[in-house]
Amino acid sequence: MSDAGVVIVGASYAGLQMASTARALGYQGPIRLIGEESMAPYQRPPLSKQFLAGGMAASVLPLKSEDFYTQQGIELLPDARVVSIDRDRRVVETARGERIPYRWLGLATGARPRPLHVPDVDLDGVYELRTLEHARALRAALRPDAVVVVIGGGFIGLEAAATARGLGCRVTVVEAGDRLLARALSPRMASYLEARHRAEGIDIRLSSTAERIDNRGGRVGGVTLRDGTTLEADLVVVGIGVLPNSELAERAGIRCANGILVDRNGQSSDPSVFAAGDCACHAQWTGGPLRLESVQNANDQGRAAGAAIAGQPKPYGAVPWFWSDQFGIKLQMAGLSAGHDQVVMRGEMEEGRFSLFYFRQGVLIAADSVNRAGEHMAVRRLLAAAVPLRPEQAADAQADLKALVPRA
Amino acid sequence: MPTIIYLLADGSRRDVAAEAGDTVMSAAIRNNVPGIEAECGGCLSCATCHVYIQDGPVEQLAQRSEDEDDMLEGVAAERRPESRLGCQIELSAALDGLVVQVPETQV
Repeated sequence: MSDAGVVIVGASYAGLQMASTARALGYQGPIRLIGEESMAPYQRPPLSKQFLAGGMAASVLPLKSEDFYTQQGIELLPDARVVSIDRDRRVVETARGERIPYRWLGLATGARPRPLHVPDVDLDGVYELRTLEHARALRAALRPDAVVVVIGGGFIGLEAAATARGLGCRVTVVEAGDRLLARALSPRMASYLEARHRAEGIDIRLSSTAERIDNRGGRVGGVTLRDGTTLEADLVVVGIGVLPNSELAERAGIRCANGILVDRNGQSSDPSVFAAGDCACHAQWTGGPLRLESVQNANDQGRAAGAAIAGQPKPYGAVPWFWSDQFGIKLQMAGLSAGHDQVVMRGEMEEGRFSLFYFRQGVLIAADSVNRAGEHMAVRRLLAAAVPLRPEQAADAQADLKALVPRA
Repeated sequence: MPTIIYLLADGSRRDVAAEAGDTVMSAAIRNNVPGIEAECGGCLSCATCHVYIQDGPVEQLAQRSEDEDDMLEGVAAERRPESRLGCQIELSAALDGLVVQVPETQV
């Protein structure tokens, strides 16, 4: 019986990693990578950073060159949207009506910007930021004297705000919560970032909700908040989080709850179907279900799924890490700080070079580092090897963290 | 623009003509040089574009920054005195003939 091969829906980090890992570990059948965008998979983190600032070329770096796909026998199918999965016949169908059979199906459908449901959100001058196309449009609009309102004080919103400010725009950030980055960062780190943003001249409005976009002659003129305040704006950036693209799986009867539920091999409730990246919800690390939105997670979970498809499972257990660049702050996060009961600082916050170490019942669970790449890397390795670290050691700038890392 | 020579983990070599604006990392990605991952895309956050500087106009290389030095602590292969992150080496004509060894692993 011939092998119908691997079909992967979603051509970015997770999908590409699934494909390339399956191939690298010896999978022999056809591998097809289906993407909705016309471009081959590309680097996304710069879209809200260097690319948006205009410091890069007209495009961003691809994840792999064209030769890679040819050489590895990975067929890239761009501009194609999968609309349904027939799990009984093991076939996916695209919007153009193509029916593509599979032996193994990989779902790497990612996430989409959470829509803002307010009147006039469709006006010209309202931007979101997820794809290269979004970033190109926003970059063209970010003129030095532009008045910008960013709705959402998460990473995307704050990186866009910092970039716009760096370009000379007047920037206001509107955040519904009572602090920035409530989902992603500890209160202490979030307040540090907030202070830096304010010091750079960004107007931050906490506990503020956008009520409507103001229409000025057919395009954006401002944002009106629920309390009646009106903020003038030439352009509005909406960055209020993302939603997992799990509807395709749900319609096919695959178990989903805040994403496609998978085990440590990326395997879904259908053993022929794997999922990885922003769309997948898994139960590693904390023991509870967890859906991470990061390049690290997409790569490492994609690797696990690819390995399982190739018949050489390497269950996902990597330490989560993430980073953000804002106003010269290089913020690097290792582990997950949610649920900590003790925070220890190392270094000097005033000098903008420090790490916050997070403990739960005396056990290190995470650290956030600002311009302290060495400490970030050491913590990643300490967490991976489950090396015990006492809070006193973490706080002692003289204690050599690197020396605690076991050598391979 | 310079030609960069990548010595691969399997013993083969690849000569790559770099373009303006390339780094040792981006030239490798654009030209399908295996063994350079670049998970963070050149933001100095992942340490998966590790190379060993082997030969050529090494005296023309700019010093590594403190951040690069710190990130090199996290490379997957052995760290050596000649270790660099490819994304931090911007290429110019002065670096024509630079020879870099790609390590066995990046993750």
